[in-house]
Amino acid sequence: MSPINPVRTAIVAAGQTDFGRRFDASMAELCREAIDRCLESRNLSFDDIDAVCAGNMEMFEGIYMVDQLFVGALGALGKPVYKLNTGGTVGASTALAAYHLVASGRHKRVLGVGFQKQTEGSTQSAITTVGDPVWERAVMAGAIGNFASMASTYISMSGVTQEQAAKVAVKARKNACLNPHAQLKMPDITVEQVLESPMLAYPIHQLDFCPASDGACAVVMAAEDVAADLADHPAWVHAVATAHDQQYMGDQPARLAVMRSLQAASKKAYALAGIDDPVQDFDVAEIYEPATYAELAWYENLQFCEMGKGGEAIDSGLTLMDGELPVNPSGGVLSANAVGATAMVRVAEAALQVMGEAGEHQIDGVNRALATGYGGNAWTDVMILSRERPRPSAEVSR
Amino acid sequence: MSTQMTDSERTRAAREGFNRDQAIRIEQQITLQYRFAAGRTATRFFTALREEGRILATRDAEGNVMVPPRPVCGLSGLPMDEWVEVGPEGVLAGCTIVYVPFIDPMTGVQRPVPYGFGLVRFDGADTSIYHLVNATEPEQIGVGRRVSPVFKAPEERTGSLADIRHFEVIDR
Repeated sequence: MSPINPVRTAIVAAGQTDFGRRFDASMAELCREAIDRCLESRNLSFDDIDAVCAGNMEMFEGIYMVDQLFVGALGALGKPVYKLNTGGTVGASTALAAYHLVASGRHKRVLGVGFQKQTEGSTQSAITTVGDPVWERAVMAGAIGNFASMASTYISMSGVTQEQAAKVAVKARKNACLNPHAQLKMPDITVEQVLESPMLAYPIHQLDFCPASDGACAVVMAAEDVAADLADHPAWVHAVATAHDQQYMGDQPARLAVMRSLQAASKKAYALAGIDDPVQDFDVAEIYEPATYAELAWYENLQFCEMGKGGEAIDSGLTLMDGELPVNPSGGVLSANAVGATAMVRVAEAALQVMGEAGEHQIDGVNRALATGYGGNAWTDVMILSRERPRPSAEVSR
Repeated sequence: MSTQMTDSERTRAAREGFNRDQAIRIEQQITLQYRFAAGRTATRFFTALREEGRILATRDAEGNVMVPPRPVCGLSGLPMDEWVEVGPEGVLAGCTIVYVPFIDPMTGVQRPVPYGFGLVRFDGADTSIYHLVNATEPEQIGVGRRVSPVFKAPEERTGSLADIRHFEVIDR
């Protein structure tokens, strides 16, 4: 592979809407809310933006060309707009695309926007259109049935318990109380309450699963020569990686338990950013956990613990707000999931932590942060951000 | 003073002054019809399923055996030009009992809950397919348990995975 010499690039601004049932806003109004918050935080205007990357999953709203929204009040008239859909990963893929446009030297400042209005369609039915029409749709059981089946395999391989999974739900909804944008805030939630919540699909209870939200998120990627003027502490991109797995849902032998694309992408990114021990080297992680069992499995596949030890990791408090590696201080996907925005929120929250602007859920002294996106049939995006500028000519992208 | 407001402040004020209960929501139903060509490989599989109740897989030179059958192996990159019979019995590689109501997109009506659902790995195959499992309680299913397909009557079969009505756990 020939060496790449990217322009050093940073996230300099991030903004997001309040997540929830947003009947008060159209799709464009929702996006504008996130974009305004993002740009105003650095006194930027649309004139400063060279190009826009937009992420969304079309079938939730049933609009095939949502890019058209962006040429009106969303600032892209006469500029390039790149529309992406990579399933649940799309928010992170959109941030990665904005990164590539800047790192390649093509643009100086690129706006990435991800959004979804889950309340406008039927999430479980729309997700069926992800499936192969010949082989998969006739017998799909929505995202919940799929996750429940994956969780059963994970349980059989790791011995993780329903109580350990419930601890993830408790952590998420308590952390969410410190995040003004989160949807599900439950200060008094207990493990028992999670286990007593209605069973959606065995072994996934209602409180083991993410809500369906409306919301939007925006970030600005900037080139080195303008980034330092825009933010006191830009969140420098040290590595990005993306990986996919095989075509059909039953192709991967263990799905959640052995998430091959997450292992491949994180190993590449760790090598590029010089991460030897993720627990030591990262100060915070924002990972895409649509279900409690997924978060425990991701701990293992991201090497936060040994394979099969995800349950012990949550038992030990490793990933709590005051743990050695806080995971999802924002409350995570379990506390707000507007699919097209969700993976970008992980990136934005990681950037805010690095910039020292995460507010009440800020972790002290964050230098390096990890963000991941999960979606589709086991697609993974990974981004590593740091307060330190990367070495010149570092190869940061695979 | 309003000229000094930021766009975010204007939005906040507008949201506070907006009566959510009177928010207009416009209802639409989009019905789109498709007719998907299954292709040469799937046509061979579904024809064998419909006519003979046999489950066929494709194999490559490295010995990877895959259902759904496909022309090329994603792992080896080699052509999968050998057809082999697998199953019809297999094991559950993943499974669940679904309780949440869900509109079946193939019929437009809600599938009765609870129902069993899981990944079936046919004997002799390396990959699995999702299908329905005839069970209503978690105790009736489990990862690693053996299952057998229940086919529709020959005259009811159309050449799709739905020609298998569901799978039955057989190691009770």
